[in-house]
Amino acid sequence: MKDCNETLRELETFLDDELTPETRDHIHAHLEGCTDCLQAFDFQAELKTVIAAKCRSDELPPGLLARIQSCFDVADPSFTADPRATGEIPGR
Amino acid sequence: MADPSTFAAQAMEFAPQLYSAAMRMTRNQADAEDLVQETYLRAYRGFGGFTEGTNLRAWLFRILTNTFINIYRAKQRRPQERDLADIEDLYLYRRLGSLDAVLGNRSAEDQLFDVLTDDEVKQALEDLPEIFRLPVLLADVEGFAYKEIAEMLDIPIGTVMSRLHRGRKAMQKSLFDYAHARGLTGATATAATAATTDMEADR
Repeated sequence: MKDCNETLRELETFLDDELTPETRDHIHAHLEGCTDCLQAFDFQAELKTVIAAKCRSDELPPGLLARIQSCFDVADPSFTADPRATGEIPGR
Repeated sequence: MADPSTFAAQAMEFAPQLYSAAMRMTRNQADAEDLVQETYLRAYRGFGGFTEGTNLRAWLFRILTNTFINIYRAKQRRPQERDLADIEDLYLYRRLGSLDAVLGNRSAEDQLFDVLTDDEVKQALEDLPEIFRLPVLLADVEGFAYKEIAEMLDIPIGTVMSRLHRGRKAMQKSLFDYAHARGLTGATATAATAATTDMEADR
């Protein structure tokens, strides 16, 4: 059984669904009996949902899809089966 | 091996998501449009290397991220390496009490989420230094797993986690500052201060 500090330390990893099943079960068990931690987890989960929803609302500019389509007509993929076209190592 | 003639039919549905992400990366419409177009062009040319049946969305976002890092980042002249001030865990949650005082009956949480505009939340994300902004964007907005983000950014998973942790806290502080600026917090709350500090002075 985890205490509050241990539970809160796993909050982000839990909400990101990146914990091992075993640790996730420990967190679930703690949250069932601890309203304080449950409230903090609920808040963070809701915040994550709100951020995702509000940062996705950009309207596609008119004409962009047509611009993209027009590149396909010009670019022939058979000339460039070069993996480097998409596999650059990003800078740090 | 993917058939290039099916590329548009499979890939174009992701354009709105890629464009929104490109807006958060480049922070302006002209560069975001160019970035999405360049991403599709590279994806089209490299589609032969895409394995059918694997995650096309993740593949496109990987190209978007690489293209941004390699091309547009160099173009955007601004101090690159800013670090974030140290901010306590659960920053926003711990301050809900100061919102309760002025909001009356409805839960501070619900009101806060209703009242923050799309533009404010976008701005809070866009204000993060890039090394924190990309992991937060890819995890919290686009829902990618740590491993996928680590591959896209070519950094270890532990680095993804620590940047997410710090970036999220800084974003929460910005959101609180927006709520404060709108008079949603108690009068005794401290004035908004910048969430970030420049380690490197402008040249």
